[in-house]
Amino acid sequence: MCLAIPGQIKSIEYQYNGMVKMAKILFGGITKEASLDMVPHAQIGDYVLVHVGVAISVIDEEEALKTLSYLEEIGELDELVESAQIDRHGL
Amino acid sequence: MKFLFEYRNPEKVAQYLDEITKTVTRPWKIMELCGGQTHSLVKNGLLALLPPSIQMVHGPGCPVCVTPLHLIDKAVYLAKEKKVILCSFGDMIRVPGSQGSLLEAKATGADVRILYSPLEAVKLAQQNPDREVVFFAVGFETTAPANALSVLHARQIGLTNYSILASHVLVPPAIDAVMADEASQIQGILAAGHVCTIMGVGEYDELAKRHQIPIVVTGFEPVDLLQGILMTIRQLEAGQAFVENQYSRVVHAEGNPEARRAIEEVFVVSDREWRGIGTIPQSGWEVKPNLASFDATAKFDVQIPQAPECADCIAGLVLKGIKKPVECSQFGKKCTPENPLGAPMVSSEGACAAYYHFADLA
Repeated sequence: MCLAIPGQIKSIEYQYNGMVKMAKILFGGITKEASLDMVPHAQIGDYVLVHVGVAISVIDEEEALKTLSYLEEIGELDELVESAQIDRHGL
Repeated sequence: MKFLFEYRNPEKVAQYLDEITKTVTRPWKIMELCGGQTHSLVKNGLLALLPPSIQMVHGPGCPVCVTPLHLIDKAVYLAKEKKVILCSFGDMIRVPGSQGSLLEAKATGADVRILYSPLEAVKLAQQNPDREVVFFAVGFETTAPANALSVLHARQIGLTNYSILASHVLVPPAIDAVMADEASQIQGILAAGHVCTIMGVGEYDELAKRHQIPIVVTGFEPVDLLQGILMTIRQLEAGQAFVENQYSRVVHAEGNPEARRAIEEVFVVSDREWRGIGTIPQSGWEVKPNLASFDATAKFDVQIPQAPECADCIAGLVLKGIKKPVECSQFGKKCTPENPLGAPMVSSEGACAAYYHFADLA
């Protein structure tokens, strides 16, 4: 139910006399319409997360990469902690 | 697909499994809250790949599963007797009520429609001005903005024939209910990434402190889930209990302010009955009184008796993580996705359906 899929905004249009902001969003090879009311600053080209026809978040590219390098990060962190412990114990 | 497939990378999955195995020194019991996470864990075979000392417990985060029987009966009644166009998400249409499911009502001539979005229901109401359109609006915090938006759109364009039958539940009170049950003995929690996309992480800080339990806001792909599990275990092994955000590419600490504003405009917090669990105080949302004309409960007078639950179904124990689906005597026998006794066998996010479809991986 809480399934939400990332897709890229291809075009933006206003419906109901400009009251509602909608976008055409590309998911892999499929284009679907979704509301941008919850992400008013989203632009064409942005990746948004869409849930039941409503974009709920703009995906943060920098954070996305951080997730992928988490293991390296904690590896470095653990090394730091270990070397600090060695320093403390004077080994 | 960008932002999806890179989190399904088998090499990364193997690295995480390796790191988890290296980190864990004793048994830990971790609950993933969201049914979407359960589905992903089972479907991707991750439960069998995790070290045996890590037990994943499946939480109550399946909105279709916890929607009370009498609301399903009410939806069936509205479709059959009040002749409304009753629409909802596909899963909800198939859940059995005491008088059958909405799908069965459709088979007998009721106008029941499966929609992808509540916004489509508003269009349907616009196209059918002489008919009443009711959207069976189920969901956790993730879905509430879309359901609220449908009401706001309908009001904006002056529709008088659109209403929602709201069955909205909230995650934090469910965490309290699970933690209060001595049988569950959960030590760490993977919070639902998309719920926090809307609500932010603030309410979880308080929960982590009060229950002294690590809570890691986690995504849905294999790498996300394993990273969330690793973060939880690192906290548990170090004796820590705080909120971490694994899903930072999507979840911001403050949530989505526009979405929360839409929710606040349409809904008000209320007590809610959770199917299989009982009533949890202040655990749901209902339509505000000033929007009663968009609230199917207020709009239609429906007097139907409360029906008893199926005696053979242990959905409540499964939803609280106390029993695994396979521990049910009816699992795969009298209860299958084609002929379900309870909702967790229907929804793709229900733990029973996940175990049934991917039995060799669970």
